[in-house]
Amino acid sequence: MAVQGWHQTPLPSVATKLLTKSLLLPGVGKTSLVVRYIGKMFSKHISPTIGASFFTCNINLDDARIKLQVWDTAGQERFRSMAPMYYRNANAALLVYDITSANSFASIKGWVKELQNNVPEPMILSLVGNKSDLEDNRAVTQSEAVQYAASIGAAYCETSALHDQGIDQVFLNTATELLNLSSSSLVASLRSYDSTDYDEKLPIGIPSEEKATHTGKIELPAWTGDVKHGELQRSMCC
Amino acid sequence: MASTSKDHVAENEEALNEKVATDLEPGACLESILNPTDSFEEFASEISTSLEDRKTSLTIKSSTISEIQNEIGDSSKESSLRETKSSDNLQAKNESMSASASNSNLLEENEEESDEKDDYLQSPELVNKEKHVFILSSAGKPIYSRYGNEDKLAGLCGVIQALVSVVEEPNQDILRSINTKDCKAVFLVKGPLILVTVSKSNESETQLVLQLTYAFNQIVSVLTLTQLNRIFEQRRNYDLRRLLSGAERLIDHLFIFMEKDPAFLLGAVRCLPLPEKARENITQAITSTCNKIRDLVFAIMIAGNQLITLVRMKKYTLHPSDIHLLFNLVRSSESFKTAESWTPICLPKFDATGFLHGHVSYISEDCQACLLLLTVQRDAFFPLSQAKHTIAEKLRRSNCLVAINDALNRNKELPTTNPLKHIGIPEIRHFMYKCKSTAQLFTSDPISLDRLQDYRLRHKEGGDITVKKIEKLSDIDYVRNYRQFCNQIHCISTPAKLIFRSNSHDTVLAWVTNGFELYVTFDPLMEKDHAIRAVDRLLHWIKKEEQRIFIMNAPTF
Repeated sequence: MAVQGWHQTPLPSVATKLLTKSLLLPGVGKTSLVVRYIGKMFSKHISPTIGASFFTCNINLDDARIKLQVWDTAGQERFRSMAPMYYRNANAALLVYDITSANSFASIKGWVKELQNNVPEPMILSLVGNKSDLEDNRAVTQSEAVQYAASIGAAYCETSALHDQGIDQVFLNTATELLNLSSSSLVASLRSYDSTDYDEKLPIGIPSEEKATHTGKIELPAWTGDVKHGELQRSMCC
Repeated sequence: MASTSKDHVAENEEALNEKVATDLEPGACLESILNPTDSFEEFASEISTSLEDRKTSLTIKSSTISEIQNEIGDSSKESSLRETKSSDNLQAKNESMSASASNSNLLEENEEESDEKDDYLQSPELVNKEKHVFILSSAGKPIYSRYGNEDKLAGLCGVIQALVSVVEEPNQDILRSINTKDCKAVFLVKGPLILVTVSKSNESETQLVLQLTYAFNQIVSVLTLTQLNRIFEQRRNYDLRRLLSGAERLIDHLFIFMEKDPAFLLGAVRCLPLPEKARENITQAITSTCNKIRDLVFAIMIAGNQLITLVRMKKYTLHPSDIHLLFNLVRSSESFKTAESWTPICLPKFDATGFLHGHVSYISEDCQACLLLLTVQRDAFFPLSQAKHTIAEKLRRSNCLVAINDALNRNKELPTTNPLKHIGIPEIRHFMYKCKSTAQLFTSDPISLDRLQDYRLRHKEGGDITVKKIEKLSDIDYVRNYRQFCNQIHCISTPAKLIFRSNSHDTVLAWVTNGFELYVTFDPLMEKDHAIRAVDRLLHWIKKEEQRIFIMNAPTF
């Protein structure tokens, strides 16, 4: 699965928008993770994601506000060919696997390859081992995961959506990295988002999540949208 | 104890027809959002097709989706470029299929333990169920079983496959059903799949075939027919469960719905009763927001398996069975409640060959109406997301959310909440009405959301046959009782127009005309002429309330 998010940092003076996405496999707990983080709750009855769900959240870091737009993608094989739609133009990916399933860990590697081959710009990767509450059934050792994470330049975290452990850290790390990435100004896609803050429809000053979900326009450039979107982007750049 | 008196009633029908001397039958309007249907048309086509026809019927006709894409493309060259891209569906991912060999080993291992398997067929998971459903590939590989674990049913699936092919191959014949004393086994071979139900319910063979067809359509809705056919062309032995994982529950829920919702029985759609003005405002909010979005094909708002409004692209209408699949999708997917979703959906009757892309979201936390925006453009999430928020805002401002909630919570002040009280004929216990030309239905006691939930929970626990003592009949029980009448009315060889049956439990009148179907349950000992007068008043009431209980126009973008 892929979770994808955009981060936006309307600092008093600098405003940047970032895009994150994460990739996940079925049943590893991607949706639980996101719902735990954004909705502050855990449900045992989450049904499999169909297609992809879209979440937004704001993170305050020092004096920057980072807006994450997260695609929580379905893990099932039949949705796999949709994945490029979600990781295209993403700035970060959370690669979530289930520590009790060696299989889910193995398939992360395929996803990393796919990302490396298809995403030209630097992307922040985080390897997330979920279900750390099921220590007894662990099938992927921590050292194995740490080692792999290092080899792909990713941060590594273990989380439990059930007990709400480590999740804040994952999102916070990602946000921090995104901020660094945007200030290094190496990434064209991040920079192109600066201008979107001038879009009147974007309620910069208002941190509420609800408002944030309205700002669909921001991401439009990411979708190489139609004529309308192109114009919008140009006008913002000027 | 049942005294069927069809003959006597024949002359009464004329009397009935005279009395309902209205121009249009209640609920009818000039243009419909839905394809008018006869719920049994599917069966007619199933039954008429010989083996040869059956194969050709599944070959693919021209694609509506690409037609729409072309149309949009004509007027804007730039977007047509992208649209060619957008038609590459999920199917693009064929390589991954070939990696599937590992799973198939599972089944082979199981076959060695045949003793254990025989025992499994006797296990409590499987015995004493009212209705079993098995879906397998034409190669005999298990795909779905309603109860139990299909991995352990490989042996049974082999037997089913053998039965089907033994009849098929030497004689070019088709195995349709096997009847035993208390049990029917109905077979449907469709494309690369074999669908079988083994039922002890009172549903007719026709109705069971329809249910299997729905199950097939549900699978098509997840994969598209193109992909389904291609998979099995490439690998006859493919384990389809790989691609359906997560979708089994859609089939589970579909069967529960079909067993209790009259919408399936009648091939019609139930609308959420709303004041005319409120529905108009909702439709207006959608059209005014979406009329600039060129590639939007349908905007559908639903709540609790009821249609609130449907706005469509000119020229295109939806088939009720496609709407039923959308209802099922929304009701079965808790995940839609947590966030906006973007999901590929194939509507088999609309276009079985490709996906529409759906923006699916609930209007707001305080209103459980779900909005589906279906487009041919796979990149359209963000414009649609914005449109959704605009629509939700408009609805809130025009107080439509309150109206929807009132209807959903069955506010006591609404005449449609307890129609029998308003009609004021105490002998009527229950009725069910379908307007044929618009494919919409209304019943006197719509199943409320909560009760549906209860039913589901109970069902999940068992599905066992139980003799329970019923204190108060619910909508579900009445509808169950109508099945046999429905079957007689739609019987292909000798269809009945009017049935009046009285027994010690109740009196049932079933009546079909060119314009409508009506099923009414009265107290026992109801006399015919009295019943006819009551039906007359009932029809007048429906006519009077038609603007509220039906969607009487067919808005387009």
